[in-house]
Parts: sequence; structure tokens; C-alpha cells
Amino acid sequence: MKFGVVVFPGTWSDCDFHYVISEVLHQPVSYVWHRETNLADFDCLVLPGGFSYGDYLRAGAVAGRSPVVEALPDFVARGGVVLGSCNGFQILCEAKLLPGALMRNECLQYRCQSTYLRVENAETPFTRALRPGQVLRMPISHGEGKFYADWETLRALKDKHQIVFRYCTEDGRLAKEANPNGSLDHIAGLVNEDGTVLGMMPHPERAAENAMGGTDGLLIFHSLLGSLVEDGSFLKR
Amino acid sequence: MKARVLVRLKPGILDVQGASVKRALAGLGFTEVRDIRIGKVIDLELDGLDAAAARQRIDEMCARLLANPVIEDFTVESLPGS
Amino acid sequence: MPGVEPKVTQELALTHGLTAEEYDRIIRRIGREPTFTELGLFSALWSEHCAYKHSRIFLRGLPSQAPHVLQGPGENAGIVDLGGDLALTFKIESHNHPSFIEPFQGAATGVGGILRDIFTMGARPIAILDSLRFGAPEDPKTRRLIDGVVSGISWYGNCFGVPNLGGEVNFGPEYAGNPLVNAMAVGLVRKDRILRARAEGPGNPVLYVGAKTGRDGIHGATMASATFDEGAEERRPTVQVGDPFTEKLLLEACLEAMQTGAIVGIQDMGAAGLACACSEMPARAGTGMEVELSRVPQRELGMTPYEIMLSESQERMLLVAARGREAEVRRVFAKWELDAVEIGTVTDDGVLRARMRGEVVAEVPVTALADEAPIYERPTVRPDWQDALEAFDPLTLPDAAAPGRALLALMGSPTIASKEWVYRQYDQQVGINTLVLPGSDAGVLRIKGTPMAVALTTDCNARFVYLDPRRGAAMAVAEAARNLAVSGARPLGLTDCLNFGSPERPEILWQFKEAVAGIAEACRALEIPVVGGNVSFYNETLGQAILPTPVIGMAGLIEDAECRCTQWFKEPGDRVALLGPDAVSLGGSEYLWTLHRTLAGRLAPLDLDLERTAQEACRAAIEAGLVRSAHDCSEGGLTVAVAEACVSGPATIGAEIGLPAAPRPDLALFGEGPSRIVVSVPADASRALEALMAEFAIPWRWIGVVGGERLDVRMGGELAVSVPVMQIAREWRNGFERHVS
Repeated sequence: MKFGVVVFPGTWSDCDFHYVISEVLHQPVSYVWHRETNLADFDCLVLPGGFSYGDYLRAGAVAGRSPVVEALPDFVARGGVVLGSCNGFQILCEAKLLPGALMRNECLQYRCQSTYLRVENAETPFTRALRPGQVLRMPISHGEGKFYADWETLRALKDKHQIVFRYCTEDGRLAKEANPNGSLDHIAGLVNEDGTVLGMMPHPERAAENAMGGTDGLLIFHSLLGSLVEDGSFLKR
Repeated sequence: MKARVLVRLKPGILDVQGASVKRALAGLGFTEVRDIRIGKVIDLELDGLDAAAARQRIDEMCARLLANPVIEDFTVESLPGS
Repeated sequence: MPGVEPKVTQELALTHGLTAEEYDRIIRRIGREPTFTELGLFSALWSEHCAYKHSRIFLRGLPSQAPHVLQGPGENAGIVDLGGDLALTFKIESHNHPSFIEPFQGAATGVGGILRDIFTMGARPIAILDSLRFGAPEDPKTRRLIDGVVSGISWYGNCFGVPNLGGEVNFGPEYAGNPLVNAMAVGLVRKDRILRARAEGPGNPVLYVGAKTGRDGIHGATMASATFDEGAEERRPTVQVGDPFTEKLLLEACLEAMQTGAIVGIQDMGAAGLACACSEMPARAGTGMEVELSRVPQRELGMTPYEIMLSESQERMLLVAARGREAEVRRVFAKWELDAVEIGTVTDDGVLRARMRGEVVAEVPVTALADEAPIYERPTVRPDWQDALEAFDPLTLPDAAAPGRALLALMGSPTIASKEWVYRQYDQQVGINTLVLPGSDAGVLRIKGTPMAVALTTDCNARFVYLDPRRGAAMAVAEAARNLAVSGARPLGLTDCLNFGSPERPEILWQFKEAVAGIAEACRALEIPVVGGNVSFYNETLGQAILPTPVIGMAGLIEDAECRCTQWFKEPGDRVALLGPDAVSLGGSEYLWTLHRTLAGRLAPLDLDLERTAQEACRAAIEAGLVRSAHDCSEGGLTVAVAEACVSGPATIGAEIGLPAAPRPDLALFGEGPSRIVVSVPADASRALEALMAEFAIPWRWIGVVGGERLDVRMGGELAVSVPVMQIAREWRNGFERHVS
């Protein structure tokens, strides 16, 4: 399975994803510069964390209009999948590939800490190796991760099972103190209607080795690897 | 011409920054402040367009980049010196 | 342009912070009156900040040599050998004055500056740490400052993408008018890729890269060399504004350009900007430099040569490329959408010649600027307040009536309480190397592709330094080394940030002289070279100087990353031992401050040989896999060290401690002294530990056992402290936030 890790000016989780995919998962991976539009070589594109273009206007706003992002709908239509984490999630929302928006954390401060996530939908290519209700531990690191969507959008997200991860306590409860940024309905990650584009604020690449304090992030990659069938397409829901 | 774009959160969307500034003002004795909404000012200088054409281009800029319609509204005003 | 410049007179020189004697010296050196631009150059390069006029004579006493030191003081940062083809570069620097004037931007640009010092050496930054001092936490002004400083560091470091591995936050009323913001950066570099700030090779082109130049920060270097008066808060125009995004691009572009091999030398434009880079780079290489200032990329109209030379706009570098290979360098910078403009050439005449549209505006020997600032040996006097401080005997105060309550007060004090409120605002993991996050004695990073890890810490107990500058500063070095030892690391080198009041006051200069001597003594005894650092004088407002604060930043090596250790207890049933001597004192202790608001007394003795052996013994025990936790005893003494081991880990766990009966229980429980380490040992490893300690022949003893839900401390069999650990944990976790927000 061939991964591409997209690099925008200001991206910083690119090396971390690259390291995990090549050194931990032993999968082929290469960097993709933000001006690239030929994505035919890849099965999965990763939009990593960072502060693309400094996030000066809004987080992910400028990167959301870059050539590589404008090429993503085509890439997905031809069978690819996209994983956006942290700034990658913000970019996907800004590009309207995912609904809603990510706003400043409710505490008005940056937060880098461990969080617990409850799996809400285990029938996407990203979560196939997980159980619904399973609790994962993964760190976050962001200042603008509070998910917002209007009431109709939220209802549609629920109806179509697009919410994939919710912030929860260690034992899986949706308590207010377990929501690190004030996200609407505790939303930490969601997919598009087809389940082929995942955006999540937590960092799976930072939870991929025991030395880093846990390996729950690897489960997302294992799901992807297990979802890719022989003809090169992904198992969908 | 010169123009000013004001971008602010849509009515009804919680403005945590505004709420925090309101609390700070109250702490300084400005208790009469009922509500605060914080937005962004973007000043633009444009080359060689008449006012109507410029206005249309600025609306496009706002829709495509300067504002996020999911959470933000914008208004445009032209500035003296236009 | 030169026609509109003010006429240079002695009065004008005085307003530039030069003395009449210094001005005469300049005239003698260049044989004429300087031009206005030249006056600007001299005032910047001969400022205390750039020239170390008052400190240089003392700093010569610091040991900076060791076989593994690849670069000592005098470059952008020091470098130590990690073995194999890798080296570690690190440096600490102050940004105190800018942070007081504008906390957010001041702290942010402090981080930006120190990061550039690291990547100009050819290294990729892998960590930052920050050491902060503020006035009393109850003061609303302190809260605004700490909020601004922490969010400034957070914003710049997080956006740039470097993990923050910890540091310190301390409080004292002496810092109310002069907070300290010291930032340390650490980078990893391949030995064959190290670059230096030298303008070698006459004929080579000089390129300006990075952000454009504006009028910001003009005369920052002279500002950092003056004390504050009441108008300081109005002095905003000299504040620089940081742009971490551009800095990130500059990092990637510089490292990529360096890989081409086309770069000969490179220097950050920090304090005194272009003036400093254009004179120091050729001075180090024995060359000269000619620059055309109109070519410097500018973002404001009508800038004068003086302003261009002295601007402290951020995120800029000056580099020397190999002639004929400029295009390769420019191509890399263009990819990252950054300016890279040829503004001059290296010459062989030893002169800095600056032109504005062809017309010479400055023509000065580079050594006159960079190397010939006067060196002062001002008088030092032992302050008369020392006698009173030393005469105070803390044991004349009543003993603690309720040691349990005293323990809770200490655990919730802003000095000791958890600093999570601060570090959760910093990215601690980007780069996925962080093996030990902030919250243990030292942060630990793995070096990918090797079995190694590095441990990092910053330390200084300024109260100790105030009471006894020599021993207090030596203790700061000892504590930093101990924090590395308890993490399993062997110290490689240190960088110091010497924060003091005005050196023109003999009492302050005495503190400085004594402190530097103390650092030198400790470094020699512990065999730790000083590879770089920074002096920050004039930290005083309206005659109130800060406590003398020589912050020690230290890096150490863990050969096998698996042999690392953290400070918290892990398993019930493990035995607890105290390694090191019994000698402690309440003089300058956190106990004395928290319970009696008193800063006085004598320090415990420091035996550097014992210190060294105790650290070696601890490291050996960790390497042999005999201990499950090791924690330095510092503020709050033994009882606080044990309590921290109970509550600072992922799971809270109790302990039962037994100490001998003591005439003054508070002294035994909360007294502070060096060379002391609390370890926890699996029961089946106790014999092996006993044998190992006998081998090292250090004083040590078993003091208890891990387990239960309370921390019980018995003295001579009598229960002195008995507190539920959850209650300790609550005080410790909430204490800081309660004080600052």
C-alpha cells in the first residue's frame, strides 16, 4: 500500500508520519509537495499536523485552496483514501471535503495532552480493525480544535454515521471534563459520506510505538492495510 | 481603491474570546458591557478597478478565502482615498 | 543620504549608551570622528549585550575544554560529540527586557532567536526548554505577564514545530519589575555538516536570506544594556514581532541549502542585526566584508543606512556562499518562497565597508567593532547585607506544629506545585522522540537510528545564590547534573544564562564574580565543560535588583535509551532509599519562604566529590536495572521529594517512610541540601543495591517502602506526617493554577 505524506509550508508532522509508515509499518511512503496534482501513484494520502501558512488567516484556510488539495476530490473518486490529522483535519474542513469548521479551543489556550477517544463507527476503511465503543488513547496538540457545525449538519452527520471518534473518559463516558477543546457533541474525528476521507484532531502517529507511550494510533493504519483489497480499492462500509 | 472587510462570527455562534474579554472588562469595573463580539479587519488596496467591479471581486475573495461561511459573516466598506 | 544624518558629537555618543572614554577610544582607533552609521555600529557592538564588557574578565575562569567538545563558547552555540557521526548543539539565552515590555512578543522572539542560533550551526532543533521567573503570583501584573510569556513561547515553539521539554517557573518579589525569560534550544547535527559563523574566502558572495528588514527593534542591544526606569512600559517601538511560520521556512530552506555544500558560513541576525553579522563573521575569519545596503530587502520606505544596519527584524540570516554556487542557494530559498539576495562580498582587507547606492557610509576595521570593545574590571564589594543574611538562624523560629499541613502547603506552593498549566500549552511530542515528557527531573529524547537518548534540564535556585553566590551557583550546577543522573544520563556540557542586576554596582558585580567562580568550581569537580552561554545584566528597576539568577542548562547522554529513569514510584512493595548525606539546612528553603516568608540563613555544605560519587552511584544503579524510580531532593527537602514521587506519575501511590528521631523534625523533614536522591528499588534487588552502594562508598540508607493510600512519615517510630496521597495530589495538581489564574 503506497502512502503519500503531503507537505505544505509550515507542516511539521510530515516527518513523524513518514517515520511511522516506513519504520514501524514498513510500507512504501513518499512526501508530496503542496503544488503536486498528479496523485495517481498513491493509495492513501496523509494531510499531517502543523501550522500550514502559519495558520495566520484561519487554521488550514490557505492550504485548503492549494493545488494538492484541489486534486483530492479526483483522487478520492478514483478510489484513494485521505487521512487528515490535526492541521490536516482543519484543511479538509476549509476545503469543504468535510463538513463543519474547527474553531479556537474553548479554553482559549493551546492544548497538548493525552486524550481518550471512543470509536463511534467501526465500518470505515480507517476503523475496520476496531470495535464500536472501543476506547483509544491518543495525544492532541492544537489551539483550534473545537468542532462546530450547525444543527442540520450535525443531524446529518449522526444520521449518516459520519462521526468516527468522540472524546471520552478512560472508561468511555462522554463527560465534559474529557472534552479538551469544547468540541460540539465531543466530536474528535469524522468521515465524509463515503467514508473515504477521515479528519481527526488527535495524532495517531504519536501513538504508534510503546516508547512513545502507546500504540493505539497504529490501529488506524492496520485498519487501512486490512481494508485494501487486491484490486487496489478499499473496503467501504 | 481601498476597501475594508470586516469578518465576524455569525450571530448565535459562541465567541469565547469575546466572552473572555467581557469578563476581563468587568474585572476592571466596566460592568455595563452587555456583550462583546470580536472580529477581524482586513484592509485591501486594489489596482485599477472601478468601484462596482472591485466590490464584486472582494465578495469573491471573501467567499473563497477571507471568510469561512460555516462560522463567519463579512461586510465590505470602501475607504476614503478610493 | 548621509547628508541628512545628524552630526556626530560626544553628546550624541552618550545618548547611544557609550561613555566619553569609549567615544574617545573610537576616534583614536579609526583616526577620525565616526559617521552616524559608524556610531550606530559601535554603540551596538560595544554594548554590554554584544561585547560582555563587564563580564568577560570573569568568564575566562570557566572551564570549556573536554575531548568531546567540538565547539566551545564564541560561536552561535556550543557543540558536543555524541559518538558516531552525530553531535548535539545547545545554547540558552535571555530575553528578559523585551518580555517585560511586551510579554507575548518578547517571549516569542526569544524562542525564535535561540532556535536560529541552533540551526545556523547546521543542526535541526529537537527541543526547547524555558526557565522563567516572575514577581509574586498574587500580583495581578504577574498573572498578565505569565499568561503573555507562556502563550508567546507556546505560539512560537508550537507553530515552528519543536517540542518543549520543560524548564522551570519560579516566583519572587524581586522579579516583579524584571521578570526573567530564558530559553534554551537543542539541536542535532551530523559532525560533517557543522557550519560556523565565519566569512571565509575573499571574493565569496554575501547573501541576505529570510524576512525583510523593517524599523523594528532598532537599538534592542542597547536597551538590554540599561536598567528600567518608570517610563519603560512606554518604550514599545523597539519591540520586535515574531513570525514563526517564516522561521520554519527559514529552517527548512537553510538545512536544505546547507546540504548542497554551497554554504561557507552563516550567522543569525539577532541582537544588533546586520551590524553584528557583518562585523563578527569576517572578524572570526580574519577577513573583511563589503555590503551594499540598498540591496537589503526592506518592508518600509525610506530606511537609512543606520536603520538598515541596526534593525532587529526577526527571521533573517546572513550567509556566505561559495563563489559560483549562488544559484544553488537561491534556488532552495525560492522553493521555500524566501528572499535570498546577494548584498556584498567577502574581502581580504579586514574592513567592514557599507555603501548606500555606491556611497560609502561606514568603513571600519571589523576587529575594532567585534573584538576591541573595552574590557572592564570594575570594583566588587561583598554586600553589607550578607552578614545579616548569614547571621539568621532558622532554628530560632518555632518548629512546625503540624508537619502534615506544612507538607500540603509546600506541595501547593507555586514553586513546587505541578507546572502542567504551563507545559500543556506547549507541544511536547512533535518529532516523536520524547521518551520522558515534562514533569520528571529531566526531559528525555531518543536519537532515532541509534540506541541513545539525551536528557535535558535547566536549574537554578536563586535564593541559594542570593544567600551565598559562590556555593549557590555551584549547587545549581550540581542540581542540574543530578537531574540528569537520576534520569540515567551522564552530563556532556552546560550552557549558562547569567541574570544579574547592574554590574556598575560593586555589590552586584561581587555576586556575579562569586557565582561564576562557583560555577567554575563545580564544573571542574564534576568534569562538565561550559560550551556557551549568555550574560544578562541590568535586571533592575528603580534600584531593585533581581535575585542573582545564574540559570544552568545542561545536556546529558544516555547510552542505552532503555536505561532511562523517571522520578515517580511505580510498584507497591518497592523499597525506598535515600542516597547521599544527611546534612541539610532550612536557610533559603522553600519551607522557610512558604511558612515564614523569610529568605535568610546559611546553606547546607556542598561536597563536590561526594556529589559526584552520589551521581555516579545513582547512574550505576539505573544502568544495572536496580531502581524503578530516582528523584532529586530539591525544594521542600526529603519529604517533598517523596511526596512528589507519590503523586507525579500516571498513578498516585502512597509510601511509608521511617526516619530517625530528630531534635528539629522540620529540619529533617523539609531541610534542603545537595547530593540527595530518593530511589525506589524492587524488593528482590535490595541486596544488589546494597552491594553497589558499598562499592561506591557513599552515605545512604533505606527509609521506607512504597504502597498504600497515604504518605506516612515516622520519626523515631512516632507518626509525624500522615496524609492521604489523593489530598497531596490535589494540592500539587491545583496549586499552580490557583496561584496564577
